[in-house]
Amino acid sequence: MTETATAPAGTDTGPVLAADGLPLKRSLRRALRAQKLRALMLIAPLLIFILVTFIAPIADMLFRSVENQIVAETLPRTARAIQDYDPDSGTMPSEAVLAAFTYDLTAASERKLHTRLGTRLNYEYTGVSSLFRKAGRRVDDFGETYRDQFAAVDPAWEEPATWIALMADPDWVAEYRAWTAAGEAAKAARREFTQAQPLFRLRDEVADVLPETASAYAEFARIAQVEDGDDPAAEDPWAPVYLALYRDLLHVGPGAIAQLGPEAEAMLDAAHDAVEGFETVNLADLYLEADKDWGDPGVWGTIKTFSSAYTPGYFLNAVDLQLTPDGVAAQPEDRQIYIMLFERTLFMSLMIMGSCVLLGYPIAYLLSNLPLRTSNLLMILVLLPFWTSLLVRTSAWKVLLQQQGVINDILVWLGIVSNSGRLILINNQTGTIIAMTHILLPFMILPLYSVMKTIPPSYVRAAKSLGATNWTAFWRVYFPQSVPGIGAGCILVFILAIGYYITPELVGGTSGTFISNRIAYHISSSLNWGLAAALGSILLAVVLILYWAYDKLVGIDNVSLG
Amino acid sequence: MTGTSDGFVVFDRVQKSYDGETLVVKDLNLSIGKGEFLTMLGPSGSGKTTCLMMLAGFETATHGDILLDGKPINNIPPHKRGIGMVFQNYALFPHMTVAENLAFPLEVRKIGRADREAKVQRALEMVQMGAFGGRRPAQLSGGQQQRIALARALVFEPELVLMDEPLGALDKQLREHMQFEITRLAHNLGITTVYVTHDQTEALTMSDRVAVFNDGRIQQLARPDELYEKPVNSFVAQFIGENNTLLGRVKEINGTALVELDDGEVIDAIPVNVRNRGDRTLVSIRPERVEIDPKRLTPGAHLIHAEVLEFIYMGDIYRTRLRVAGNDDFVIKTRNAPDQRRLRPGEHIEIGWLPEDCRALDAP
Repeated sequence: MTETATAPAGTDTGPVLAADGLPLKRSLRRALRAQKLRALMLIAPLLIFILVTFIAPIADMLFRSVENQIVAETLPRTARAIQDYDPDSGTMPSEAVLAAFTYDLTAASERKLHTRLGTRLNYEYTGVSSLFRKAGRRVDDFGETYRDQFAAVDPAWEEPATWIALMADPDWVAEYRAWTAAGEAAKAARREFTQAQPLFRLRDEVADVLPETASAYAEFARIAQVEDGDDPAAEDPWAPVYLALYRDLLHVGPGAIAQLGPEAEAMLDAAHDAVEGFETVNLADLYLEADKDWGDPGVWGTIKTFSSAYTPGYFLNAVDLQLTPDGVAAQPEDRQIYIMLFERTLFMSLMIMGSCVLLGYPIAYLLSNLPLRTSNLLMILVLLPFWTSLLVRTSAWKVLLQQQGVINDILVWLGIVSNSGRLILINNQTGTIIAMTHILLPFMILPLYSVMKTIPPSYVRAAKSLGATNWTAFWRVYFPQSVPGIGAGCILVFILAIGYYITPELVGGTSGTFISNRIAYHISSSLNWGLAAALGSILLAVVLILYWAYDKLVGIDNVSLG
Repeated sequence: MTGTSDGFVVFDRVQKSYDGETLVVKDLNLSIGKGEFLTMLGPSGSGKTTCLMMLAGFETATHGDILLDGKPINNIPPHKRGIGMVFQNYALFPHMTVAENLAFPLEVRKIGRADREAKVQRALEMVQMGAFGGRRPAQLSGGQQQRIALARALVFEPELVLMDEPLGALDKQLREHMQFEITRLAHNLGITTVYVTHDQTEALTMSDRVAVFNDGRIQQLARPDELYEKPVNSFVAQFIGENNTLLGRVKEINGTALVELDDGEVIDAIPVNVRNRGDRTLVSIRPERVEIDPKRLTPGAHLIHAEVLEFIYMGDIYRTRLRVAGNDDFVIKTRNAPDQRRLRPGEHIEIGWLPEDCRALDAP
């Protein structure tokens, strides 16, 4: 051999040093740093744009597939209390759980959140939505009995001032008085008064002595102040607050009441002595009265199961399973559709990919072997569909394929099919495959063309000069070199097909729709975004797995777009 | 070797047109003997590659016959012609190993496995690449790929091998080495070779005969020495080697021609393709045939005055540009010998040449 690699000039071992004595690697890094920084600056606008408008929303969307904070946020007390409840007992939860649920539901219905929660839980257990709606309308009356009885003991119980004196932090009371005075002064001086009311604070001891009451009242005061813009010092507490007081007083000892100071002690002692003789009301009965289905342990089981902040429930739903209080179980058969839809999506995407290869390969071959002028003209024909609206193209297929459409008319006219036996070419899988093959064909032709363009004609000539027939030259020499184009085209078409939405929606009927149509349904119609996100995540995972498998089997460097 | 009567490959009045308006190959008649190494030389667009492609079967002749071993092959598809071919960019199949590349022609000829492997190994040894069978073409250097391409064209033992500028992509040193290798192989194996190139040095050093193409025609078909020393027209004279030209008009013609140059100087020359008195002519003199020391010239030499314009030291030779008879591009080459003078620009000297080195050709 005349050519030999020349050895590098440096013969000494150890790290190579630059002229200034620093290691060469470090010098090189420093020299390239400015260049790298500039490259980063150049891509920064796009990178930020994509992060803000694309990656972040998608991440947020995917996060919804496991996120379940709505239950714990809307029913915080219930979520804690219900942990001990056993749905298999066949009974409703204890009064304590129901009381917690009552406070939560009252707050939620004041904030108009209970319907949203009902909708969420309805995904898991049908019927919950209407239960929440009905109970939400009545729940603020659930302590009425006790309010009346407390008022009978001492009418002061119905005074908002009594509650403020009992519950509020003395400092807050002082602030509140100052605020009121300032407001009146301003009014007298005819000045505008815009200062906000000081935020209500509980006094320290009350949460220990009357825990439920403190929690319920604080919630009431907060909602009155923050959400409704009212003055808690001028509002009657909700009836369930009286329920809480009743429940607290049943358990509290006289010693504890003494901590709250002499004024409160006097009132509370009187109430405390009276509660033993109060006429009681069963919360369970109140709920059953609102709707007898509250007696279904499944409802409470569902609340318990989904009371954690994160849930695999959406993912399980997405693969036709469900999370029940007893663990993971299959969905009822009439609700199992997702596995079937995934299988159908994969199968049809493969069919579309296959037909694109079969139809696209000869065209790409022709294009790449014609003189430039002719091939450019043909290329315009290939690209023409790109310049037409997707909707128009799909609608055109509707016109062509329907039973009274152009293709059937021609077949009948030619006598190939009888008038009564017109082919069903649309609103089924056939329709979707035909229309999507047409729409995705350019995505197969373009990478194939650009790869074939780079295969010099001398390879096939060489093969022929070596004695290969046209077919052998093509199959042994040309085809293997076009495989990267096939790979690129297949990946492109397959990935586009697997997430396609408009075309299956328009021509797929019921049997030709894809998983993406179901995702769209959950995004825009059923508003079950968590399930939509779970389905989307699974779809993404399937694509990534297939991509990985392709890399293992064929090698990703065997994919070329030209 | 040069026996044209054998006619192993014959082009008989072959014409070729791509667009139906112009002819790229005009009335080509050529006969190549068995075992001959023939080079088609010409500038790009002269039709030489088209001729090769017609012979290989990738282009069809618009008119005329091409005969191989006496049989017309116009209608035989390329894969049945049994002609080995080396392509400009080697065209080694990138998805096959070297050995698979070499086995390919044997495989399509349905030669048994054992036989095939033996032949492949022999062919690899022949180009001194025996250890490279398992490599991919992309892992080889240009020179190595060149050898493999050669081995592949020879492995199925064709009687005719075509080479389309096979050394164009190599550097100078490697090219010279491969020129020698290819001629040695071709002669040792006794195969007929048709070689296409636009490099005249390659053509002169490798070939038994050279066909100089221009404008779709063979301008001259001759042995290399004859081609260099006795070009038959001004195109060949200027295309092959370096050449000094002086324009003038034929003053008298009988055996030798008397030419009056444009500045009035009258010189003797051998008439090659000038016929009549008064014809415009281009007189050609090779740079190495011009002598700057008139004492060395035999009597009868023509002496002429010259002014030195430029002196270039080139190592083995000196290259001097002179103004002679109004021509500023008159170049002479002198050997770098101890007694040789180094001329200085601005110097006025007498130079001379022999009339038999001076050829009066057609004026373009």
